[in-house]
Amino acid sequence: MSQNIKVALIGNPNTGKTSVFNHLTGMRQQVGNYPGITVEKKVGICKLSSHTKATILDLPGTYSLNASSIDENVVIELLLNRKDPNFPDVAVVVTEVENLKRNLLLFTQIKDLEIPTILVINMSDRMQKKGIDLNIPFLEKKFNTKIALVSSRKNLGIESLKNLIENYKELSIEPCLNASSIDPNYFDKLRKAFPNQLLYKLWLVITQDVNFLNLERNEIANNFTKSKSDLKRLQQQETIKRYQFINDSLKIGQIIDASKATDFRAKADRIITHKIFGYVIFFGILLVIFQSIFDWSSIPMDFIDATFSDFASYTKANLPAGEFTNLLAEGIIPGIGGIVIFVPQIAFLFLFISILEESGYMSRVVFLMDKIMRKYGLSGKSVVPLISGTACAIPAIMSARNIENWKERLITILVTPFTTCSARLPVYAIIIALIIPNKKIFGFFSLQGLTLMLLYLLGFLMAIVAAVILNKVLKFKTKSYFVVEMPSYKVPLLKNVAINVLEKTKAFLFGAGKIILAISVILWFLGSHGPNKQFNNAQEIVTNQITADKKVVSEEEIPLLVSEYKLEHSYIGYIGKSIEPVLRPLGYDWKISIAVVTSFAAREVFVATLATIYSVGNSEDETTIKSKMAAEIKPDGTKVFGFATGISLLLFYAFAMQCVSTLAIVKKETNSWKWPIIQLVFMSGFAYIVALLAYQFLK
Amino acid sequence: MQINLSQLKIGQKAIVSDINLDEIPLKLLEMGCLPGNLVELVQIAPFGDPLYFIFNDSHVAIRKETAMQIEVLVENTIL
Repeated sequence: MSQNIKVALIGNPNTGKTSVFNHLTGMRQQVGNYPGITVEKKVGICKLSSHTKATILDLPGTYSLNASSIDENVVIELLLNRKDPNFPDVAVVVTEVENLKRNLLLFTQIKDLEIPTILVINMSDRMQKKGIDLNIPFLEKKFNTKIALVSSRKNLGIESLKNLIENYKELSIEPCLNASSIDPNYFDKLRKAFPNQLLYKLWLVITQDVNFLNLERNEIANNFTKSKSDLKRLQQQETIKRYQFINDSLKIGQIIDASKATDFRAKADRIITHKIFGYVIFFGILLVIFQSIFDWSSIPMDFIDATFSDFASYTKANLPAGEFTNLLAEGIIPGIGGIVIFVPQIAFLFLFISILEESGYMSRVVFLMDKIMRKYGLSGKSVVPLISGTACAIPAIMSARNIENWKERLITILVTPFTTCSARLPVYAIIIALIIPNKKIFGFFSLQGLTLMLLYLLGFLMAIVAAVILNKVLKFKTKSYFVVEMPSYKVPLLKNVAINVLEKTKAFLFGAGKIILAISVILWFLGSHGPNKQFNNAQEIVTNQITADKKVVSEEEIPLLVSEYKLEHSYIGYIGKSIEPVLRPLGYDWKISIAVVTSFAAREVFVATLATIYSVGNSEDETTIKSKMAAEIKPDGTKVFGFATGISLLLFYAFAMQCVSTLAIVKKETNSWKWPIIQLVFMSGFAYIVALLAYQFLK
Repeated sequence: MQINLSQLKIGQKAIVSDINLDEIPLKLLEMGCLPGNLVELVQIAPFGDPLYFIFNDSHVAIRKETAMQIEVLVENTIL
């Protein structure tokens, strides 16, 4: 009979918990969400022996069981509810050897819940260098647990951890200290009132807002409430008590050779967070990131672009002509191509962001930027969402979660969508290529690259301006707590970074891919069918028209004119023309108008839409989307994508809230429709006005 | 000599003596900012805020307004 052990991985942030998870589960992991909230839920399978496997749940990193964010709350709600289907058979608490003292605080709390618990001491490969020696048998006895010394970097100790998990039944569930001695009277009464409940559980329920199913919350609240500051005093005493126990245990169990215990971190930080060098390093890193997005990724992108257009023409030439072939070659393939083309840029962005996070550098940026950001009503922690926002606003808005102050967090959430996300890139890239000459100034600055850079700066600038306004308008009184750990520096683990980049890129590709595929198919259908006989008899009507007007038209031009006429009288033609009056003042014809409307769901749909529309209605000599757009001309002979229209489009996409997924995530994170609606109206309204002014001035 | 935490100089060490609990997040206590523990100021961010401390081996940055709620004892000789 096969056995399945449920394991929960718990630990402080920056202990290498995720590396341990990756080692245990390899690539057999699944990322989802906890029901109703956007906290990421990672589950993986680990084979322990021929008949035993473990299901491993990687819980969000937490400093203690006193939750201060929804991520941390997930941990407590699970551990307090034995009826939860994910309730672990065994808890694995991950600590790291350099921060053992602090990491153990959480461990002693978990032990109080009487769950079988294994203690993992990670980064054991650093022990020798740091002059740390551990007396494992002593510590195991003191903590009533089994210890696995692990190095996720060197892949050591994972087997013995698996072994401990398999034999979890041998673990003691005895707590390692008696926390109730901080106020014996109070806890005695509590014990008598609820003889069947775990004392520490009751204490956690009293001190924080946990949805605890099996207990009459009101009953406890009425009889055992203390004032907030009394509770906090007790919590402080509890923390002191736990640290006393930990210090006493480590005094014997951990020997540190002081001569080797140099604090590299503090020394490095004096330079990395220096008031001049700190900024130089930070802007240097930003420069490399943007260079990679603007420059290096253009090589694979051009390749992808060409491959998809070749593939589309190949399909058209080699499959039997008919509706299905048209759908493939004109709808689906260009649509998918329009999204795959982002993959290199997205991958680069997530690569850098995960390296910055993994290495511990991101916390230093938070430290450097806090004072500056606070001037605009933001927090140093807003830098992380604003930088990740250049990849995608969705994970960025979620990362705003660790901003403790609600006002700062809300402003961050509201302004993050102004940063230039990767979905804007293809729109920018194609329009810039059409309206900005491909020239270099001073011999090496590409004019096109410079324009793109300006658009990025514009995005950041707007985010700051919006934050300043919101800071003035929003009247909240909130206490501002700001506590940031400065983790030790680590060389990022290739495996962690690779898994992260892969997961994020995949999520983007499939998430956006589905929308784009659906929209492409619908657009193609609407573009190749018409409501009346003008569409069906296009050939005849156009030929008659030519004869009637006595125009001289070459043989080759006739099919082109026919397909133009068809498109104008297709469903999409009628829809586009009815929207056109609203967007005309911005310089958009009915085809662009359709693209603007369909890309309301997601910006990247803009290019895919134009690709579909132009492949339906255009000659086949022009293969790539760009050359098709460049070839479009107005009836008066000027280019459709002229300078004024181009600038107007760039500005519109810079400011408009064209992303349904972002609105959905803002609703989830702020728990109200109010904020996403304000965001939508403000951003899109502003975009309309700016684009209108730009076009009217430039035309 | 008793001063508050924001008055330390870079590299100076002190012992935490008193904490205004109502103004301090629990998380900071859990990071090791507790009466009796050693604290060292590592770095001051540009423009004077936030401050970067080591409490009981934990490296933590907090804002000046929080640091002002924590009293420390400094030995007169700088360690």
